[in-house]
Amino acid sequence: MQSNEYILELDSIVKTFPGVRALDGVHLEVKGGEVHALCGENGAGKSTLMKIISGAQPYTSGKMKVDGQEVKFHSTKDAERKGIAMIYQEFNLVSDLTVAENMYLGRLPKSKLGTVDWKKLNQDAQNTLDKLGLKINCKTKIRNLSVAEAQMTEIAKCLTIGARIIIMDEPTAALTDEEIKMLFTIIDELKKNGISILYISHRMDEIFTISDRITVFRDGKHVATKNTKDTNYDDVVAMMVGKNITDLYPKRNYQSAEVVFELKNISGKGVHDVNLQLHKGEILGIAGLMGSGNIELSKIVFGAIPQKAGEVYVEGKKVNSSTPIKALNAGIGFVSDDRKQEGLVLIRSVKENVSLSSLKNLSKGPFLDKKKELESVAKNVQRLNIKISGINQNVGNLSGGNQQKVVFAKVLETNPSICIFDEPTRGVDVGAKAEIYQIMDNLTKEGKSIILISSDLPELIGMSDRILVMREGEIVKEIMKEEANQEIVLAYASGGVSE
Amino acid sequence: MNNNISTKKKLINFLTVWRALIILLLMCVVASIIAPSFLSVGNLFNVIRQISVVAIIGCGMTFVILTGGIDLSVGSIVGLAGVLAAGVLAATDNVFLAVGIGVVIGIACGIVNGFFVSVCGIPPFIATLGMMTLLRGCVLVYTGGKPIPIKNDIYKYIGKGEPLGIPLPIIMLVIIFIIAYVILTYTRFGRSVYAFGGNREAARLSGIPVIKTEWLVYIINGFLCGIAGVILTARLGSAQSTNGTGYELDAIAAVILGGTSLSGGTGFVLPTVVGALIMGIIDNILTLLNVNPHATNIVKGAVILIAVLADKKVKDLSAKVED
Repeated sequence: MQSNEYILELDSIVKTFPGVRALDGVHLEVKGGEVHALCGENGAGKSTLMKIISGAQPYTSGKMKVDGQEVKFHSTKDAERKGIAMIYQEFNLVSDLTVAENMYLGRLPKSKLGTVDWKKLNQDAQNTLDKLGLKINCKTKIRNLSVAEAQMTEIAKCLTIGARIIIMDEPTAALTDEEIKMLFTIIDELKKNGISILYISHRMDEIFTISDRITVFRDGKHVATKNTKDTNYDDVVAMMVGKNITDLYPKRNYQSAEVVFELKNISGKGVHDVNLQLHKGEILGIAGLMGSGNIELSKIVFGAIPQKAGEVYVEGKKVNSSTPIKALNAGIGFVSDDRKQEGLVLIRSVKENVSLSSLKNLSKGPFLDKKKELESVAKNVQRLNIKISGINQNVGNLSGGNQQKVVFAKVLETNPSICIFDEPTRGVDVGAKAEIYQIMDNLTKEGKSIILISSDLPELIGMSDRILVMREGEIVKEIMKEEANQEIVLAYASGGVSE
Repeated sequence: MNNNISTKKKLINFLTVWRALIILLLMCVVASIIAPSFLSVGNLFNVIRQISVVAIIGCGMTFVILTGGIDLSVGSIVGLAGVLAAGVLAATDNVFLAVGIGVVIGIACGIVNGFFVSVCGIPPFIATLGMMTLLRGCVLVYTGGKPIPIKNDIYKYIGKGEPLGIPLPIIMLVIIFIIAYVILTYTRFGRSVYAFGGNREAARLSGIPVIKTEWLVYIINGFLCGIAGVILTARLGSAQSTNGTGYELDAIAAVILGGTSLSGGTGFVLPTVVGALIMGIIDNILTLLNVNPHATNIVKGAVILIAVLADKKVKDLSAKVED
């Protein structure tokens, strides 16, 4: 009976990467003609799972069945042959070819002479577009389409290869409300034709509008699968988030009224008119979904991206932090969210990376004071418990956690009074996470103040004394530690609560 | 097991840094067998004197390549600095003024190159390709295609003099490389060059003055080209409009043979001399063996390809050991 009901079944799928278990015995069953939403925080394993289902990555162990038959995909082509297609966030369309050509790319119909049968191609393409109720001319070039139309073309393309399961990864990320409605109409149309959709989105409201069933993942594990009508928003968020590990975070007791850092009317790319105050010894969390402007805000304040307007005050004095050099001189330290691109010079040594921001203090005139450098680097390596074989080891060969500690060491070497930490524990294992939290707590005890930006909500709530929630470039809510929980933060961040 | 790996690692590290030297020694052995006159002091000095100009350019090029850039205009800067120095010398017979003009022209060209690359953000390949053509045009316009003879003996001494029996260009070569080594290894600027080449964005966010650093690198390169232009004309005893043509490729080859990565961030300046010596010895052996000079390029090209292939192999090997 089961094999009739489910067209796709995953049983105990495990996927390991060196040092990481990305998927840990995942189960998933997809019925014909249903919209099945997948929910989970960043790093829960959604994208890995999608790659496995679409044949882009092999799995380590477990079973995958299509129509009750066990399958093993070696490429996305294998998956397509079984009727599974994926629409990526960045579309796989060739912008200078027409809609029709893109839909049949690699499978263009041929005439008897071996040339392309344009008449058949355009006819077939237009038929498919019409069937979906799309008002797109198949002879239009992709570059002349809107984002939404390009996406519809992708969906139409999936139909031409006979897809029965279409995976959509954040399909509405770049769409307007009007276009989202259009997408949902088309998804309904697909359902009627017995096509199943695996729908991934961070937007809860969409998931509850469009899906039939919801599966929640956390830390690479399957948490639950529920009928959408039998569950609710709070329930799903609670499942996504799971229980807090309370002792991962140091007990904080912070009290201070002294404002050491203040932003007035800061504007820039993706940030509008932000005001905030940071107190001495405080950890101030700034929450927000992707694109909310929280990461951008930190980069604007540090001068990594242009400051269009606004004023920055450190300890009551107005400072210029329009470039990283000026920001560092003003006593602002910054840990970027992208450690490999923006944090470290991976091909150089631990020593050179740690001292990079404070070369001036470690020099006599233009010459490096190698002895002073060595002592200071050794001190920081020991203080942050960085595990290395020697300070001349290349940073690129360290684990994520140790790399991150090198970034911390570099920033602390400059002795900043204000620390801005973007995603300080991204890609770091749990042990190193706890150490980094301890380091942050110690910093505040030394009188430094921290702005913490993280998409890891338990971390943000566990570490912050106060949380500001950003949405669409503005601060929409201030939440004190006592009132903070993930549901509230998520609700404000996603706009689920109106003021 | 662990021990085994670490010895292997040490060997590979040694190979990575001194690969060029090993190739050089092998070539010397082969050269002394097939052409016994190769090992005479006179011949060896001759080789070094011949490579001194390319090696000095290669020194500046090492700075540029360490930042992940490239400078194709070096040959033209050498040419322009040389003809202007010779021109000033012919007009004034003032050696200091002539040398000064040569060096200042080099620095000025470096300032322009650096401006286009670091301030305007034009890819170094394109910016310096444009400058290469433009400056060569200047040389041709200035000379009208005719050589400018050099009659001043003091000026000639720069290229031909032998204080204490050592050719002056060799002494300058040694001094320049020692200074370059000190700058890259012991100064804040040197550290910035490596960081910039390794990851420009990380360097910027770490408070490294990236525009200044990159700009200065092209200026240093231009300065050394100016010196090279003076030495070249002094050695040849005349300034010709073709002086320096093709030197950019020899200099780049010397840097790469010396093991500096074209993608920037890793490498050393001293092995660049070794790279230049390898190129010079190839020339020298083929001359000693009376090989058709046109065939020289075939051998040079082949050596570069083999050296780069070996480089890749060593890198793959060290990556394996890291795993």
